[in-house]
Amino acid sequence: MSSSLPSWSELPPGGIIVEPGNSVERHTGDWRTFKPIINNDKCIRCMLCWVYCPDGVIRIIDQEYVDSRGRKWDIILDIDYDHCKGCGICVEECPVDAIDFVEEVK
Amino acid sequence: MERSMLRVKQKRVALNSNHAVAYAVRDVDVDVIAAYPITPQTTIMEKLSEMVANGEIDAELIHVESEHSALSAVVGASAAGARVFTATSSQGLELMHEVLHIASGMRLPIVMAVPTRALSAPISIWNDYSDLMNTRDTSWITLIASTAQEVYDSIIQAYMVAEDPRVLLPVMVAYDGFLMSHTYEPLNIPEDPTAIRELVPRRDRIKLDIDKPVTMGTITDPRWYYEIKYQQVKAMQNASLVLKETSKTIHEVLGRKYEPVEGYKMDDAEVAILTYGGLFGTVQESVDIIRDKGLDIGAIRLRQWRPFPSEELTHLMHDIDTIIVIDRAISYGASIQGPVALEVYPIAARMGVHVFSVIAGIGQRTVLEKDIMGIVNKVLDYLDQGVIPLRSIYWGVRGGE
Repeated sequence: MSSSLPSWSELPPGGIIVEPGNSVERHTGDWRTFKPIINNDKCIRCMLCWVYCPDGVIRIIDQEYVDSRGRKWDIILDIDYDHCKGCGICVEECPVDAIDFVEEVK
Repeated sequence: MERSMLRVKQKRVALNSNHAVAYAVRDVDVDVIAAYPITPQTTIMEKLSEMVANGEIDAELIHVESEHSALSAVVGASAAGARVFTATSSQGLELMHEVLHIASGMRLPIVMAVPTRALSAPISIWNDYSDLMNTRDTSWITLIASTAQEVYDSIIQAYMVAEDPRVLLPVMVAYDGFLMSHTYEPLNIPEDPTAIRELVPRRDRIKLDIDKPVTMGTITDPRWYYEIKYQQVKAMQNASLVLKETSKTIHEVLGRKYEPVEGYKMDDAEVAILTYGGLFGTVQESVDIIRDKGLDIGAIRLRQWRPFPSEELTHLMHDIDTIIVIDRAISYGASIQGPVALEVYPIAARMGVHVFSVIAGIGQRTVLEKDIMGIVNKVLDYLDQGVIPLRSIYWGVRGGE
């Protein structure tokens, strides 16, 4: 097992991680059982989901958007599903119920 | 590391072993000290506090709320690249236990002094080695000193070994609580600590650095943990070599010679008594008395408890028939209950040497020359009867067998 991985002598002493910022390589999104999906039509851009998200996966994308009520927005919100663990905090905090939470069957 | 250094000029002083520690810590120029008071360690920190207050040491002295915090504080400081020191005894060492593994696992060159003391309950502030023996598998290099001079020299050597890039493991220097920590002995220390500082040059190692960030003590899944623990196995093996090299340097510079195990009158000995710490002096006296009565007996002192000096001990035991191991700690429920006797057993078994495990000095029950002679007589009786008990002999316990 694991023969392609580095041997004990090739690892830094004590397993110190000498390349910072590598947590993006760990796709914690595969822990998820429920997936939050932002409905940009219902969303009022209050950014509470962005504030509350413990993993910083709410992405703000510069893109013009006109909702069904005719309101114009400069941004849309999206989720980084590689790292969203599906905790549901954004779903709970959203004041206008603009985030759906759907079971993911893999 | 081949080098030849000149003997440094030294002065004769009278110190107890705790103060010998403080002077050694001063002379290696530490950066951070953290400790919590506990008997019999307290006077080390009292002396160091005085030295920091007087400006004799340029170090941060952190007052903490427990031993767990003391070791955690020096773990943090050491991870940031500082040269650090702490000290404790007994219950304090037990409270540190979790962090002992973290310090060695993070490969931090921490040095700690341990004047040994019995464990509660019942409460005993007096000496035995129960506290130290509980740290056996924590991956700390462990030296047990027998004199105040050796305590001073061992603290210096501890930094030389711990900070060596081939090792990077923490080191404990242990010695008898009270019997050594609070009794004064003459010793030589350098007139000018510059000589000591040359023995412990500041060396680069991976550390917490804002400009070059790293992560230490991470979580590892089953694909990584085993290799990182195996690194510690190799580091401990390297420590044997580095201890040998640094003993040679200490000999050249300070004039004192230390071996991982030290023999006394072993040349023609058939029976040997092995022990550690301050008790070795009493054993040496006893060997002289017993030799006058016609028994070819010698003594062995264990200085290097971790890594255990199997090869050197094998060499010393070459011509003996019987070894008596006197432990001042009990491994409850073990096959034989002396912790060091258990380590000696596999070596002796390979050589066909009889092992007698003796427990003595528990909670600082006095052990004098007459006790050592009594122990030897008891062992000779067993040998006459052809009996080698597979359990320990509890010397001096009231109502014992």
